[in-house]
Amino acid sequence: MKQYETVIGLEVHVELSTKSKMFCSCSADYFGKEPNTHTCPVCLGLPGALPYINKEAIESCIKIGHALNCNIKTQSVFERKNYFYPDLAKGYQISQYRWPLCVSGKIEVVSADGTKKDIRINRAHQEEDTGKLSHRGRETLIDFNRSGVPLVEIVTEPDFTDTVQIRDYAKKLQAIMRSIGVSNADMERGDMRLEANVSIRGIGQKELPNYRVELKNINSFRFMVAAVEYEIQRQSKLLSKGERLHQETRGWNEDKKITYLQRSKEEAHDYRYFPEPDLPPIFISPEEIEKLKGGITELPAATLERFKKDYQLGEYEAEILTRDKKLADYFEQVILASENTGIGAKKVANEIINKKPDIEKVLPADFVNQIHSSQQVFAIGKAELETIVKQVLEENSKAVEDYKKGKESVKMFLVGQVIRMVGKKIDTNKVKEAIKKSIK
Amino acid sequence: MSDITSLTLVETLSALNSKEFSKKELNDAYLKRIGQIDPLLNSYLYVNRDSDKIPAAIKDIITVSGMQMTCGSKILDGYITPYNATVIEKLMTKDISFIGKTNMDEFAMGSSGENSAYGATKNPWDITKVPGGSSSGSAAAVAADLCTFALGTDTGGSIRQPASLCGVVGLKPSYGRVSRYGAQAMGSSLDQIGPITKTVSDARLVLEWISDGDLFDSNAEKTIFTSKKRLSDLKGLKIGVVQLNENKSDAGLDLSVLKTMEDAYKKLSELGAEIKEIVMPSFKYSIETYYSIMLSEVSSNLARFDGVRFGKSRSEFGLESKRRIILGTFALSSGYFDDYFVKASHIRSKIKKDFVKAFVEEKCDVIVGPVSPTVAWTIGEKVDNPLAMYLSDVYTVPASLAGIPGLSVPCGFSDGLPVGLQILGKYMDEETILNVGEVYELATKWHKRKPDL
Repeated sequence: MKQYETVIGLEVHVELSTKSKMFCSCSADYFGKEPNTHTCPVCLGLPGALPYINKEAIESCIKIGHALNCNIKTQSVFERKNYFYPDLAKGYQISQYRWPLCVSGKIEVVSADGTKKDIRINRAHQEEDTGKLSHRGRETLIDFNRSGVPLVEIVTEPDFTDTVQIRDYAKKLQAIMRSIGVSNADMERGDMRLEANVSIRGIGQKELPNYRVELKNINSFRFMVAAVEYEIQRQSKLLSKGERLHQETRGWNEDKKITYLQRSKEEAHDYRYFPEPDLPPIFISPEEIEKLKGGITELPAATLERFKKDYQLGEYEAEILTRDKKLADYFEQVILASENTGIGAKKVANEIINKKPDIEKVLPADFVNQIHSSQQVFAIGKAELETIVKQVLEENSKAVEDYKKGKESVKMFLVGQVIRMVGKKIDTNKVKEAIKKSIK
Repeated sequence: MSDITSLTLVETLSALNSKEFSKKELNDAYLKRIGQIDPLLNSYLYVNRDSDKIPAAIKDIITVSGMQMTCGSKILDGYITPYNATVIEKLMTKDISFIGKTNMDEFAMGSSGENSAYGATKNPWDITKVPGGSSSGSAAAVAADLCTFALGTDTGGSIRQPASLCGVVGLKPSYGRVSRYGAQAMGSSLDQIGPITKTVSDARLVLEWISDGDLFDSNAEKTIFTSKKRLSDLKGLKIGVVQLNENKSDAGLDLSVLKTMEDAYKKLSELGAEIKEIVMPSFKYSIETYYSIMLSEVSSNLARFDGVRFGKSRSEFGLESKRRIILGTFALSSGYFDDYFVKASHIRSKIKKDFVKAFVEEKCDVIVGPVSPTVAWTIGEKVDNPLAMYLSDVYTVPASLAGIPGLSVPCGFSDGLPVGLQILGKYMDEETILNVGEVYELATKWHKRKPDL
């Protein structure tokens, strides 16, 4: 019998794919680059350096806010989040706390029972990434290429009640980021990082539990779902034994498939937030905010519905094609190029899903030609076909014997041989018929 | 020429122009004098023997590419900065070279120069006295003719107070007048870079050179400061004098300093100004307000010196730095933030309002008063009493909190030690305070007196 219900909130960090970093002009494209080559006094936190705001990042954050149905603030403030860590060049992270850029949004997800639910977005705020540590034996190396790369943190209300919702939310968020072109949202590369706050309460209990377990540093959807499932079990067991649960941070051990304690409440940080004195408050006019709405074309969920309606695609095809905005665009370009060829939208969808063309290289028109020629059937003359069939049967007498003995599989072999000899795409049914006739 | 080093910046430029001496002779003269005099004063932490243009001294908290930058701290001992501050870039286009980095209180935290990890700077007027701080080396070097001019930084009085105690001119520009890029931050919402010079017209010239912001300091204005008109007298100007509290001892104002001030007000009046007493009710909270905000910002600004980079461990921080980091960390902590930082921010806006009232409603063109409640004190006298040291900032911090410009101009002596007159102006109106300062300076010639070294 189910005694408890789950209360989960998600915090997602999305790394923006802007040209330059959040507070300096270094390139933000750091992935796989020689360590400490994308750095300057600002992102190295050298004495005397000062931050200045990257407008492109703020615009991306506003676009994210729009996509998540947020209220975008015309006034917002950067604050300093103070803590010590070797990858944090300045000894504080420039973030937003009391006055975030985007607040009160929502996004619809699917639950385990198939029903739909709105997840409320508390905020989406702008901040900067830290450097990266790598440990080699007793040595630790710091790469500051990532230091100062723009991040947007998206925080939900504790509205999730099952892991299907979490998975759907993360997938949708990823699709949105790609669709509006603000981030690659690749989890393995760390473009998108999830943190879950998990707690449980007695069914019917109105107030939030007085603790929450933070699950951190988990770099795939699958692991996150597994960690949350594990936590729900672990917490339920403890609670039913009458034990008290505590505020703590836990990580995921993929080998053992368990969560483990990283930091208890006693070690929790006091971040000593205060307004960043080096940056003036941000003022954005309602017109500018509205203008950035125009920059957003169509969100994945809307594209999916449109594909189903306009192209009569099934949920499956439409979902695959709208996972990535580039792929969805490619699909529509191919449709456009295939006008008057008699190739239907469903055919195009299936060809794209099955053949997986390299959409960066294969031009839509060329892909149409490929589909076209694969469908094209050479109208071979009856006499010519019979001659070739005869020749094939003579050359493959053993196979013909097997066929006569009822070995069906050799039939396709013989068909293949005939087609090869013709050297063109011909109707296989005709070939089968011709073979059948000749053998009789 | 034996007295090249006694020339002002403006005089030096004109002498170079008329080829009275070469830049090499100029630098040789200064380097020679530094060699003779500075061992007494300890105003330089680093001397650049390759200086070959007009030699300026730079407070060792401002980055000059390829030179050391210690900020007066052991924690940065041996640190060479790889880039130029904006002010340095701007000066380089004006034929300035940098003859040395000057001594200072560690991370600009102190009012006496005694908090330097490299030994206290001495006052050129009496080497048993402090030169003030934190731009102690810059002020002492200008007073002792060891550079044509110097740059300092002022967070709560660190340009004006040592200028006053050393008998030279010090200008704290309006917050945002000069880019802070390249100056290690102390109180980021208060810090300004400004000139310490031999005369007011020198300060005016240097401000023209270093103003006009940049891409880096988001709080700096992209406008070049240019002087439009100079005055021959003060006719038609209204000068506000802050009414002192009934118990004057509150501010610890020396009677002899008060007497010097009253003479200065009299002089300003003779020069044509209308003197008006004004009331600034919020001033009595300014020390507490200033320290709450500054300490909070300090604790965050110094966090990067975590012992991971820059070579030295945190135990190398001096006592005052540690004190301020701990106090600031406390002030920002959850549960205290509202009581200290937030409350201080509210009072800060009240102080701004008091200034607006004086400048707009009372129509004052400038406000004058003392820079420091006392003249230079004996080295060691206040080191064990940090609170007494903090209180000596009482006259300089209100302008810092309001972000308005302030000028210190020599206005006499008390017991053979210089006294400075502080002239405060409207936000971004350095022009008027420089005009008033210049008229006063030309009429009194206090700046002509030199210490006997």
